[in-house]
Amino acid sequence: MNEQTLPIQGATCQGCARKIRTALLAVPGVSGAEVDLEQQTVTVSGNADGDALREALLESGYGVEALSSSPSPEESVPECHIEAPGPPSQDSGDHHHGGAAGHGGISPGSGEEHLLAITGATCASCVRTIESALSGVTGVRDASMNLADRTARVAGDADTQALIEAVKAAGYGASVIEDEQLADQQRDDQEQAHYRELIRHTVIGLAVGIPLMAWGLAGGTMMVTAGTASQWGWLAVGLVTLGVLAWSGRHFFIGAWKAGRHHNANMDTLIALGTGAAWAYSMVVVLFPDWLPEAARHVYFEASAMIIGLINLGQALEMRARGKTSEAVRRLLDLGARTARVIRDGEERDIPVESVQAGDLLRVRPGEKIAVDGEVEEGESRLDESMLTGEPMPVSKGPGDTVAAGTVNDSGTLIYRATRVGRDTALAQIIALVKKAQGAKPPIGRLADRISAVFVPTILLIAVASALAWYNLGPDPRIVHMMVAATTVLIIACPCALGLATPMSVMVGVGKAAEAGILIRQGEALQTAGDLDTIVLDKTGTITEGHPAVTGVHTIDGESEATLLTLAASLETGSEHPLARAILATAEERGLRTEAVTDFQAHNGKGVSARLNGALLRLGNRRWLDREGVAGGLQEQAEALGRDGATPLFLARDQQLLGVIGVADPIKQDSRAAIQRLHDLGLTVVMITGDVRTSAEAIARQAGVDKVLAEVLPEDKAREVKRLQGEGRKVAMVGDGINDAPALAQADVGFAIGTGTDVAIESAAITLMGGSLHGVADAMAISRATVRNIKQNLFGAFAYNTLGVPVAAGILYPFTGWLLSPVIAGAAMSLSSVTVVTNANRLRLFRPRGASRGNEETRGES
Amino acid sequence: MTTWLINLGGLLLMALIVWWFWLSGRGPAKRAGDAPLDIVVDNGVYEPSVIQARAGQPLTLRFLRRDPSPCAEQVIFHELGVSEFLDTGKATTVTLTPQRPGEYRFTCQMQMYQGTLIVND
Repeated sequence: MNEQTLPIQGATCQGCARKIRTALLAVPGVSGAEVDLEQQTVTVSGNADGDALREALLESGYGVEALSSSPSPEESVPECHIEAPGPPSQDSGDHHHGGAAGHGGISPGSGEEHLLAITGATCASCVRTIESALSGVTGVRDASMNLADRTARVAGDADTQALIEAVKAAGYGASVIEDEQLADQQRDDQEQAHYRELIRHTVIGLAVGIPLMAWGLAGGTMMVTAGTASQWGWLAVGLVTLGVLAWSGRHFFIGAWKAGRHHNANMDTLIALGTGAAWAYSMVVVLFPDWLPEAARHVYFEASAMIIGLINLGQALEMRARGKTSEAVRRLLDLGARTARVIRDGEERDIPVESVQAGDLLRVRPGEKIAVDGEVEEGESRLDESMLTGEPMPVSKGPGDTVAAGTVNDSGTLIYRATRVGRDTALAQIIALVKKAQGAKPPIGRLADRISAVFVPTILLIAVASALAWYNLGPDPRIVHMMVAATTVLIIACPCALGLATPMSVMVGVGKAAEAGILIRQGEALQTAGDLDTIVLDKTGTITEGHPAVTGVHTIDGESEATLLTLAASLETGSEHPLARAILATAEERGLRTEAVTDFQAHNGKGVSARLNGALLRLGNRRWLDREGVAGGLQEQAEALGRDGATPLFLARDQQLLGVIGVADPIKQDSRAAIQRLHDLGLTVVMITGDVRTSAEAIARQAGVDKVLAEVLPEDKAREVKRLQGEGRKVAMVGDGINDAPALAQADVGFAIGTGTDVAIESAAITLMGGSLHGVADAMAISRATVRNIKQNLFGAFAYNTLGVPVAAGILYPFTGWLLSPVIAGAAMSLSSVTVVTNANRLRLFRPRGASRGNEETRGES
Repeated sequence: MTTWLINLGGLLLMALIVWWFWLSGRGPAKRAGDAPLDIVVDNGVYEPSVIQARAGQPLTLRFLRRDPSPCAEQVIFHELGVSEFLDTGKATTVTLTPQRPGEYRFTCQMQMYQGTLIVND
């Protein structure tokens, strides 16, 4: 048994010492290892090979490299960058498979920077370990860790999964931080670059096309005469046009070729064939004019160049317009905070929000955003949650309340503990949901989809057929007419307008809904919601607040409301009954102090009794008090309370009646107005509840519903919905999404009324983030507007193609002598898709409540 | 004579179009295994564009979008209710578990990019 002492570096805490020991004990022959942090040495006992030990130390990240120049102190500074010891990046294609020939493998994030959130790192030397572990990953150029943020930044061409594995192998945890905002920024930059490229292509195409066209319009000859200077001149023009096709039209030709090889045909196919045919014909005219009859020696170079320019312009304009369709998601992304003020080890510091971990304590000051979902630990404030729920009123928050990322702190300072971070926050889930819904296809778009799938080959067939028709039936010069008709058909046909008609409107409509606090989970619901004729509303929590409250207090002469409530609250202290809680809450709200009672007794179905200062207090229903011999009174007031749907509770001291308290689950402030709006939209409104008929009808009267289904057991709600559907109605069900999940699923559209920021309601097609029933009417209004918009788009796209293609083929020629110019076709085609996108954008201006009358409460601008 | 030749040529061309785009099949399918399958989105085509998978098996596809034009920005699996936005120059992972055998189309939102997912038993 012998001992060896080896130098170490960078070990500053017990955690490092433990790691070093573990690393060394794994070496064969080692029986013990003692780390001396002060001396930066480790003493190893046992018969182990010295080189193996040194290697183990190096691997653990604490070793001293024997051959390296003496370790400079800077090198152990945590933030120092360590060169990658790994071999220079190998062909990353080896790691991946399946990339197509010619493309090699995919190397995601080549030359990118990855940001990792690191867990378990507690001291400066862990930093070194992690950095060297990361640097060891193939493809990493540079790795640096920031202990304060607990993030590691890795530059180079590495697979994120490998990075995470490496950190795990070193004994820590890691996850990838995706900076949505940064990604968004990059997306913007790329889009800008693409836009500029399209504009460049436009300029080049038009710079060649317009002078040529002007020449033709000004009476210059477009004809080629063999053996004259015009032949050479046109040859030069032909080569310049070829340049335009090869430069500005390159992507069309490559796309057409690639798609063709895959037995696919797309817009590129049409444009490439159209412009290619015009150019090839013109070149034949220039090179071999003798092959063609004299009248047919006409060149169409200007058409090729103009079409390329115009279509690039159309794509650029379309891109601009498209940017706006995803505005809603962008706005949601912008809601997220960039940094968070985290309290760690008693210190506060601002760190990137991505590196906040669940369990962290965070502070938010007035005017700042909540960074992650959490629970308030300290402080009182009001939060503006309108961006998530659509509800304009700020919500009070205190210890124990939950807060949601993206909401804005109004006045006070709060300290809260992070519960959900990263993509688990309600905001992140909302964004994911909206994005997903934006890709959904409502049934109305299916026909267009089916047509799109066969559109381009069909147009190719029509182009050939019209060329043949001109050849067989048309006047001379036939070959020119054949070429012009075929080219014009190819160019005017626009699969884009058809393909874009539905998705663009859906993008805007879903985004619009999200802004109003309406999350659409199923694409079909976007369409169905507008066709509803019956709406079933659950009572508790949907029409009403969902928790009972005191709605009226009446006393006999000489007693005050305060006394009555104090006594009642004292009686009910400690009771868990919902009615008791309502009374206690009211007493607390009014600042009343309860007194201690004795001999508390609950009389099942009757009421409660207890003694206070020797007197017997009873609180319960009239029948029970009658039997107990309590004097009567306040009958009228009690009946009035009952008519409003409240349960009257009588309070007696000994045999003397003191007063009556009405407790009810009150209807939400805006339920009546919202139900009125549903009426205005032409719906039958049905209320469904398990309550007894009388109290159900009282609520129904207040809310203004048409029909009441009372005394329905929760499990029978779905059957009632089915029964209504059996009557041929299109039924929506609105509920809390938990007790009435089967009914929500049964309905044509299920609406879940969310509680604030709870988005995880799976049973419903649509989740209303705010608690208001106005959301239902809003959703229906948005649905109708979106479907109308889709119909306009589809109509426009269909009409355009069904009129444009025959005209281009020359169907008007026999009657009017018109044959469309390919250049006009190019302009029309560019405009058609821009029009569709622009029309979809009009939806952005739609206000769900704009047309409805009598809205007392106004909603924020957003 | 020329008339006949040109008409015949035109009809042959039409037959070729029908055959090539509709009747001739789609070319070889790429079989997806346990490892993620990479799909390049560029120049108007998904590469590979025909993918075979097993019913009930989770399938991971990594889309790498190279085409910056907005046409390529979304991939939609029709009938499977899956859609994803793709970032240029970055791999976007789509995970899905097709339950029933059959052929599912996946396209961009305008259906210019087209691919087929063949699900076998």
